[in-house]
Amino acid sequence: MIRLISTLVGIFFVGMLLFSFGTGAVTYLTTEQVETAEHKYHKKPEAYAFASDGALGQFDEQQLQRGLKVYQEVCAACHSMKYLSFRNFAALGYDEDQIKNLAANWPIPQPTVNKDTGETDTRPNLPADTLPTPFPNEVAARAANNNAVPPDLSLMTKARPGGANYVRSLLLGYQEPSAELLAEFPDAAPGEGLHHNPWFPNLNLAMAQPLVIPDQVTYDDGTEASVEQMATDVAAFLIWTAEPKLEERRQTGWAVLAFLLIAAVLAFLSYKQIWADKKKG
Amino acid sequence: MTDQIVKDNGDVASGDNTENTEDGVRRRDFIHIAALSVAGVGAAATVYPLVSQMAPSADVLALASVEIDVSAITPGQAIKTTWRKRPVFIRNLTANEIAEAKKDDTQEMRDPQTLADRTVDGKENWLVTLGVCTHLGCIPLGAAAGEVKGEFDGYFCPCHGSHYDVAGRIRKGPAPSNLEVPEFSFLSDTVIKIG
Amino acid sequence: MSFPWAKEYQPKTEFTRWMDQRLPLPRMVYNAVGAGYPVPRNLNYFWNFGVLAGFFLVVQIVTGIVMAMHYAANVDVAFASIEHTVRDVNYGWLMRYAHANGASFFFIVVYIHMGRGLYFSSYKAPREMIWLLGLVIFLLMMATAFMGYVLPWGQMSFWGAQVITGLFSAIPLVGETLQQWLLGGFAPDNAALNRFFSLHYLLPFVIAGVIILHIWALHIPGSSNPTGVEVKSESDTVPFHPYYTSKDGFGLAVVLIIFAAVITFAPNALGHPDNYIEANPLSTPAHIVPEWYFLPFYAILRAFTVDLGIPFTDIVIIPAKLLGVLAMFGSIILLFFLPWLDRSPVRSGNYRPVFKIFFWVLVADMVLLTFLGGAPAEEPFVMLSQLASAYYFAHFLLILPLISAMETPKPLPNSITEAVLGKKSGDEASAPGYVPQPAE
Repeated sequence: MIRLISTLVGIFFVGMLLFSFGTGAVTYLTTEQVETAEHKYHKKPEAYAFASDGALGQFDEQQLQRGLKVYQEVCAACHSMKYLSFRNFAALGYDEDQIKNLAANWPIPQPTVNKDTGETDTRPNLPADTLPTPFPNEVAARAANNNAVPPDLSLMTKARPGGANYVRSLLLGYQEPSAELLAEFPDAAPGEGLHHNPWFPNLNLAMAQPLVIPDQVTYDDGTEASVEQMATDVAAFLIWTAEPKLEERRQTGWAVLAFLLIAAVLAFLSYKQIWADKKKG
Repeated sequence: MTDQIVKDNGDVASGDNTENTEDGVRRRDFIHIAALSVAGVGAAATVYPLVSQMAPSADVLALASVEIDVSAITPGQAIKTTWRKRPVFIRNLTANEIAEAKKDDTQEMRDPQTLADRTVDGKENWLVTLGVCTHLGCIPLGAAAGEVKGEFDGYFCPCHGSHYDVAGRIRKGPAPSNLEVPEFSFLSDTVIKIG
Repeated sequence: MSFPWAKEYQPKTEFTRWMDQRLPLPRMVYNAVGAGYPVPRNLNYFWNFGVLAGFFLVVQIVTGIVMAMHYAANVDVAFASIEHTVRDVNYGWLMRYAHANGASFFFIVVYIHMGRGLYFSSYKAPREMIWLLGLVIFLLMMATAFMGYVLPWGQMSFWGAQVITGLFSAIPLVGETLQQWLLGGFAPDNAALNRFFSLHYLLPFVIAGVIILHIWALHIPGSSNPTGVEVKSESDTVPFHPYYTSKDGFGLAVVLIIFAAVITFAPNALGHPDNYIEANPLSTPAHIVPEWYFLPFYAILRAFTVDLGIPFTDIVIIPAKLLGVLAMFGSIILLFFLPWLDRSPVRSGNYRPVFKIFFWVLVADMVLLTFLGGAPAEEPFVMLSQLASAYYFAHFLLILPLISAMETPKPLPNSITEAVLGKKSGDEASAPGYVPQPAE
């Protein structure tokens, strides 16, 4: 009985699937496949060798400091970084006083409540504060940015396929749409308030080119601030903001792996020893 | 089964006829002991992060010290603020109160301390104490305007009737010790750093 | 139960004697995983995976309890509470990555464990109950994993919850109501998040309970083995301890190496970037995919694109969506009937030449379905997933019963001992190969 029912169920499901397949195949063969602009012109992020890449990679502190400066002076005007606190910058090599200064001089003050009136107020940032957001809420962010909310950057390199390579490629990828693209897909031309960038999934994004001219940011360590340098530095910085425990994690990993390797060898010897009399021969 | 040596502790060491010397047995035992020891070390090492994760996290520790601007507190006034999520009383003593506290320095007390012991040299008008009764942890009254200050003009804990004097010393009631003075210092004339 | 030659527990100290008369827990452990459990001596490394699965359940429970200490089940702060755990809590990153990847490893070892059961037909009499209980564990695991994935409240969490509860809306008449009941609202929100958290915390302990039954059921007939020949004498078995405890210890060490390497060097490799974006009910990700371990079933779900209707009319009997849902659940339910679908008296795939070929086709088919489940819903992936899904059903419901009736198995060894030691030892070596008897 079970076998009869299961055979019928099997024939039913297999039949439906094959029928679906047939219908799909007929449609596939008889209708013209429409190529989309995104499919054809969207580019995969260019690979760049960041200092923190690879199992032995480590952050370049100087680069992270430069990246922080790019974020502070260029990105922070629109993009929040709400999962970071000023105290976290100790990991970039700043001492307590430098962090205090950095926090106090941060372009956006910390929102607070006036103790006397209960109204909203602001105060200078303290090291324990999280980084203040540029807009008080999503509605304000949307209103100020042509209806596109600038995403929070704390986790950006973990939240996009391609990670830091994507961020770097995107920042360097602003260009006019190619004639070829426009000829093939006239609709792919950037609309009002949009900007063409082949590294963005649908080719047009609301963010205007943020890093435009060399020396837009003046680096404290004297590094020449080419546009590529700034894009690379801020991408490296975003690797750190997304994964501040990266180095600790890998160090732990090496120690644990070394330990486990020894443990595995000992376990193997012990196992072989115990089985010595049971194997053939 | 015949060629197994079953030890009292339940470990089974195997041996075959050619190698069953005392040395051979010892070497094999050593491997089992080493393997078990490494497993034990590994298990113990795993416990560390599991225990450590319950300790205060980085954001909590970041608030372990606070800076407070006291310029707005006039003599005779006190404020309640918080430090490590507990209330702190900061009191600006008047000249009279300082005199009263010093006069009492020689009185017999449950927890003898002078005003000088409880304040910073040269700034003995600033009395900084935790607002936590040393009896059972209630918050004493007396910091805010209009609150009962108790029989000794300091703080009064309504839970079980502990009376503290102007220097926050226990004078009457069940509390065993004076209101705790946290570690603090003056960063400038008007800014106190607690913790 | 057990074999007559099983060693009996002998309390050695005053205390264990006292204990043994009052609460014979040490005796139970001794008989379950100690020297008192005789196990076939020829188990290969695939028999390690049951213990490994148990180990990963423990990993999940321990790291999960830690995560729960720092997690806040509220849509406003859930995502931030995970970030707080990772960034600020001591070793929070380790706990989070161990828990997230622990789920993947749990599924990997369970899939291998199940694959071993399929290849060596461990589900056949007298071990049907072990298989059925195992499937119950598998279903509970899937529910637990799904709800756990919702908790971080990232984009994939939210849309995963939306899509999976949406499956229930395909059920005629009550579907809509059922979905709302499951979610406690019209869309995933606080009510859903809180109940998922509650159940995500509860179900692992239910799993642990069913595992006890699973092991209990295992100890009645004893473990199966790669020849599929039943244990006949003491020389066929070795005591579980120290023989298999040492082997499991070694296997565990090897798997831990891989686990540790993934946690510390590629902790996000198995995850989806979109889940690092906080849930946004107003914006759907480009394409929604579940975690990798659900992909084969997701592919089956999506493979049904045509309604079942009466030809040349507009009457629809079963809409494609419902067919997909039925097939997805059906693909797991059918495994419950496996012991009665595969009637071959031979257990081990090693002695079943035709079955063996189809088994590996099934494995390849599952790998293909995993890939297709993650591929975008466009051609040629849809057509491929229809063929791959068709094979899945055909394999279990049509091919397997057919093979078991038609296949001529290879001769089986007379005993496990003979299989291990080869023909040169033992007097029965000259005896002709064991001729399998029908199991019924």
